Amino acid sequence: MSALSDNLVSFAILAYLVAMISHAVEYALGNARTRVAAAPVRELVGAGVGGGGASVPTPPAPVPPSGAAERSARRARIAGLVAVGATALAAVLHLAALVTRGIAADRMPWGNMYEFVLTVTFIGVAAWLVVLWKRPSLRKLGLFLTLVMVLLVATAELVLYVPIVPLVPALNSYWFVIHVSTIVFASGIFLLGAVPAVGFLMRAGYEQGKRSFPYTLAKRLPAAVSLERLTFALHAFAFPIFTFAVIAGAIWAEAAWGRPWGWDPKETWAFISWVVYAGYLHARATPSVKRNVATWLAVLGFLTMLMNLFGVNIFFTGLHSYGGLD
Amino acid sequence: MTVLDDRPETAAPAPRRRPNRLLALLRNSWRQLTSMRTALILLFLLAVAAIPGSVLPQRGISPEKVNEYFVDHPDLAPRLDRIGAFEVFGSVWFSAIYLLLFTSLIGCITPRLRDHARAMRSRPPVAPKRLQRLPQHAVLPAPAGGAAAVAEVLRKRRWRVEVRGDEVSAEKGYLKETGNLLFHTSLIAVLIGVALGSWYGWSGNRLLVAGADNAFCNTRQQYAEAKLGPRVDSEDLPRFCLRLDDFQARFLATGQPEFFNARVTVDGPDEPTRSADFSVNSPLRLADASVYLLGHGYAPVIRYTDRFGRSQVSDEPFLTTGDSGLTSEGLAAFPDANVDPATGRRAPDEQMAFTGIYLPTAPQQAPFARSEYPTERNPALNLVAYRGNLGLDAGIPGSIYQLDQRQVRTGKVKEVGTKLLRKGETWTLDDGSKVEFLGTERYVTLSVRHDPGSTILLVSCGFLLVGLMGSLFGRRRRVFFRVMPADPAEGSPTGGSSLMEVGGLPRTDYPGFADEFAQIVAAVSGDERATDRADTDADSSDRAGVREGAE
Repeated sequence: MSALSDNLVSFAILAYLVAMISHAVEYALGNARTRVAAAPVRELVGAGVGGGGASVPTPPAPVPPSGAAERSARRARIAGLVAVGATALAAVLHLAALVTRGIAADRMPWGNMYEFVLTVTFIGVAAWLVVLWKRPSLRKLGLFLTLVMVLLVATAELVLYVPIVPLVPALNSYWFVIHVSTIVFASGIFLLGAVPAVGFLMRAGYEQGKRSFPYTLAKRLPAAVSLERLTFALHAFAFPIFTFAVIAGAIWAEAAWGRPWGWDPKETWAFISWVVYAGYLHARATPSVKRNVATWLAVLGFLTMLMNLFGVNIFFTGLHSYGGLD
Repeated sequence: MTVLDDRPETAAPAPRRRPNRLLALLRNSWRQLTSMRTALILLFLLAVAAIPGSVLPQRGISPEKVNEYFVDHPDLAPRLDRIGAFEVFGSVWFSAIYLLLFTSLIGCITPRLRDHARAMRSRPPVAPKRLQRLPQHAVLPAPAGGAAAVAEVLRKRRWRVEVRGDEVSAEKGYLKETGNLLFHTSLIAVLIGVALGSWYGWSGNRLLVAGADNAFCNTRQQYAEAKLGPRVDSEDLPRFCLRLDDFQARFLATGQPEFFNARVTVDGPDEPTRSADFSVNSPLRLADASVYLLGHGYAPVIRYTDRFGRSQVSDEPFLTTGDSGLTSEGLAAFPDANVDPATGRRAPDEQMAFTGIYLPTAPQQAPFARSEYPTERNPALNLVAYRGNLGLDAGIPGSIYQLDQRQVRTGKVKEVGTKLLRKGETWTLDDGSKVEFLGTERYVTLSVRHDPGSTILLVSCGFLLVGLMGSLFGRRRRVFFRVMPADPAEGSPTGGSSLMEVGGLPRTDYPGFADEFAQIVAAVSGDERATDRADTDADSSDRAGVREGAE
């Protein structure tokens, strides 16, 4: 069962790769159509962002496409659908890998860093499929999401992998399920939220007429306004869950270590992430703060989450040393 | 779509007289401090200030690592120490940031609490003159019941409604500000809970070796390290005693622990006498304290018989060195050894001490330096004997787990020999005295704590969560209805019957407002089918939580 789980992870990575390549193909083929559309969108949104409001750009009048452009647009759409299909397949394989791992270990598969990253990425992709189902127009964001998936799941497989062992007594508590599941869930949503956040920063620059390197990547991303809204919605959804998870952790820490909060490195970084994300939500709600600045805070928040996951497990020793890495 | 500031603008009336400059300065500083920009900067500073607390070792968590750091960085460490880098979370600058932040918070929410209390009691405002200027606007045939019918529809949808003649004003979403204020007030309560805990709480750590002779009672002197809050005296500690009767541990083949259980007898004036079990994750809850199991190890029982034939037994715990095999190091000191029974005089230069490494599962061959497994499969005690003045009488506090190395360096204590002992083995030293390794006792590392702020913490965290959800998912919005008298001169398309004008104003960022507005308009105009459909749409988008609104 354990070997099956390992194989499933490899297959999931392959499927994410296929999805990423298909998204890239869609991106490349989408050239002809969006080149026409880009210019008017820029002006409209530039005005909307400046006013701090959320005025929605009206789609530009459809330009009658030439035969070649039409063909390439059709191919792009097929590539996009293949990409979504591959992502869904990858998510199923990913879930199967988690379930088999859990069965093999006879516990929830969140006992070490490998399993943790695997679960967080699964939550991220599952939430992405939900978003995609609700808002199919955001599909092109998938390129960046699948890129993140390939990177993180491959890192988990290649660097973080550890064989199955039972939980240490310190983890053997029902709080393990409550605390870790909510942390995993919130982390997965924050992971997904970071993708439109970065996308927004690039796209907003592009719409303001910046044509240097990172901004040109955003040429075919959805409009900055919808990326920004998605960013906020995901963070507003994840933040209370993360808060609950930290509180649950404090309740557990009181039972296990005798104090609800002890500034263990992991706790310190969770505090930092919480403060940064709280800063993002406040900045987002304050009209005088530019949306760019607020979104940078969201990106910074995700960096602190990454630091907490990788940095704290690898560089610091503390009470949360369950990573399984030596 | 209009986005309104969360904070109401304070429209200060223009001062008539030339204001007092000090007052003006104070007022401006206060305004600066309570502004959102300052709060954001303070939040950011708080996050940055917490980073050194995770990078550098902290006294409150691992004092021994701080000492190591001083040894490794003799130049840098004192300088860092001066700015409080080893006690970040108690340092002046960290406290300054969060106290300023909380002052800013209080300064911000107090007027908002007052405003919100007023808003909760007040009625929805009078409809603006030109409803067409609002973000949402519609004109429809007036329903049969007029304003009263509209009010009825809105009340059913749990709007707060006010009818003024032909006008209806309605407002909804007070929960957002309520939640917002609840969240921020709870944050203050959390801080109060933490403060109470640190003022009135206490804690102590110690090792407890199994056996009736090693029982301890809850007094400050009985702890290896005790921390009493500033408002706690030694006499305030609840009176109880603990005796470790049994300790069980199970390990996997890899040495990873799987199960711990400690059984103690609780006794004392403040506690009924009873036997109790506790473990990692399930502490022993006493009336005014909790006992936590933090660690465990072995205390080798060593009997030393001096050259006059008098024996003494040491069962001091040997401290684990951190490996999974529970390799432990410790000291058995016999300062009263070799007292001449004829004269009764102590011979200060003939005190005995044994430092040792205890291996619960010793390897089959040398070196005997590292235990292979945490249970006693092949126990062995690697002893080094010392004779001389141990330096215990000098009155300088020293560790009971380590030999005073100054005495060794100055030659006052001399090494006599080394030997590996199995359980029950005896080692005869050069002067004819004997050391016996009798066996081991288990010991546990305990933390005994009392935190009177924890209940407040828990309750305020609950309110904090509820408030947070209200503040994130609540949406304040207003709608206005005005029945316009029919104007036959304009040739109304409804053939003379009156029209109704509707305007909608979201007071917070609410992309789905257009949808809701359309639903209300549909409901008011009596299009029930449309209403149902719209309702289900709204529900599904709420569930997804990624609503983007009508585009």
